[in-house]
Amino acid sequence: MTLKAQSSQKTENLASIIDETFIDNALIENTVIVNTAIESTAQSSQPLSYRHAFMLVLKRDLTIAMRHKDDIINPLLFFVIVVTLFPLGIGPEAQTLSRIAPGIIWVAALLATLLSLDRLFKSDHLDGSLEQMLLSPHPIFVLVLAKIFAHWLITGLPLLLIAPLLAVLLHLDEHSYTALLLTLLLGTPVLSLLGAVGVALTVGIKKGGVLLSLLVLPLYIPVLIFATSAIDTAALGLPYSGQLAIIAALFFGSLTLAPFAVGAALKVSTN
Amino acid sequence: MNTLSKKNSTPLISAVNLTCIREERLLFDELSLQINAGDIVQVEGPNGSGKTSLLRILSGLSQPYDGQILYREQLISHCREEFHQNLLYFGHLSGVKGEMTAEENLDFNLALHGNKTQESLAYLAKVNLSGFEECLASHLSAGQHRRIALARLYQSNVPIWILDEPFTAIDKQGVASLERLFSLHAERGGCVILTTHQDLISIKPEQIKKITLDYSYDSAVD
Repeated sequence: MTLKAQSSQKTENLASIIDETFIDNALIENTVIVNTAIESTAQSSQPLSYRHAFMLVLKRDLTIAMRHKDDIINPLLFFVIVVTLFPLGIGPEAQTLSRIAPGIIWVAALLATLLSLDRLFKSDHLDGSLEQMLLSPHPIFVLVLAKIFAHWLITGLPLLLIAPLLAVLLHLDEHSYTALLLTLLLGTPVLSLLGAVGVALTVGIKKGGVLLSLLVLPLYIPVLIFATSAIDTAALGLPYSGQLAIIAALFFGSLTLAPFAVGAALKVSTN
Repeated sequence: MNTLSKKNSTPLISAVNLTCIREERLLFDELSLQINAGDIVQVEGPNGSGKTSLLRILSGLSQPYDGQILYREQLISHCREEFHQNLLYFGHLSGVKGEMTAEENLDFNLALHGNKTQESLAYLAKVNLSGFEECLASHLSAGQHRRIALARLYQSNVPIWILDEPFTAIDKQGVASLERLFSLHAERGGCVILTTHQDLISIKPEQIKKITLDYSYDSAVD
């Protein structure tokens, strides 16, 4: 201000006068706010609620995904392309294809999820919103759980919906469809939950892609084994509830533990 | 070392014997300070002297190599929720999402920290962003991104503001009105801890307390 006032040019003087009035106005407005803020301290902040925090982050992540459609299309397209390439490479014999169909669909789903994991915390880390989340008074695990749920809705759910179509392409046994859908329904959230731990650990590293795969893929193996086994067993007409129960156990185990692990890992990563 | 004189009552934030080591360099050690309500603390020092590290440690984002941070004489790890409810940290990165509009960004930031969002349009107007509420943030300039994030200051009635280079990319008018806001915040019983390389023009010099981090390269070489 003083520097400007010293300037001899008339236009500059005029500008500084305008500035002065602007600041005076701002000052007056600020004072008003100060008074109201002190009076309404109790009302201006909302009581913290888990549900509110969860919905807030979920809504935000879904909004971002809807405006940035690559996030939804990319893993889905990868899934479809990989699965459709197999009949071309192996040949159209129905017997061979139906034998390997569960494995193909599940490996493709697994890799598609892995491909999409990076986005879970990376962009938030790069633009600083992750810091703000860690500094929020809400517990971190609620925010993390919301982010993982949003990730599953964006990547896991579309895979689940398109899988029956691709199963037709691979001549999957007709008894196996229910098993395929049930394993995907229980299994893809496990992929998102376990993957989130890996992403949280590697988010601070510049090129963490390779490390992420090495960390996460071994954790995915049990899901892959039991899911494909369930689908194979279903094709034989035998009960597959045992395999399903194990996947369900993995799901509930990771649902309860992963958000806390992710929270701790994020704290380390942003340190 | 750098000890601020203790005034009345309990300090809002105090640090006890902080040591910070980055990349095997000692940035500061045995740094103790007390920040009371009404203080405006400017952390000074050359680039790489640990200003940002100090602010991140004070806000609880980073762990110090040694030492403790106390909020109203309680360890911040023991009262995380209460501390975060009373803390506003503004880092180098503005935390603004390009895919969301200015208003959505501000609403989310307010709600995330447990504030109400009804008057967010008025706060955007205060940072000269009226007319841009519906614009996607990716279409706005760097300074406008910062302004979206800084709009939270006008709403916030939390006592502790920790601001890392708040004036980056902000024009002169904006800087002046922010400085006024800091003075008012200090007068109503808050504290502001900030780093900036600019001189604070409209805040009285006697109101500002300075912490100077004088990391010198020579001492690290020894």
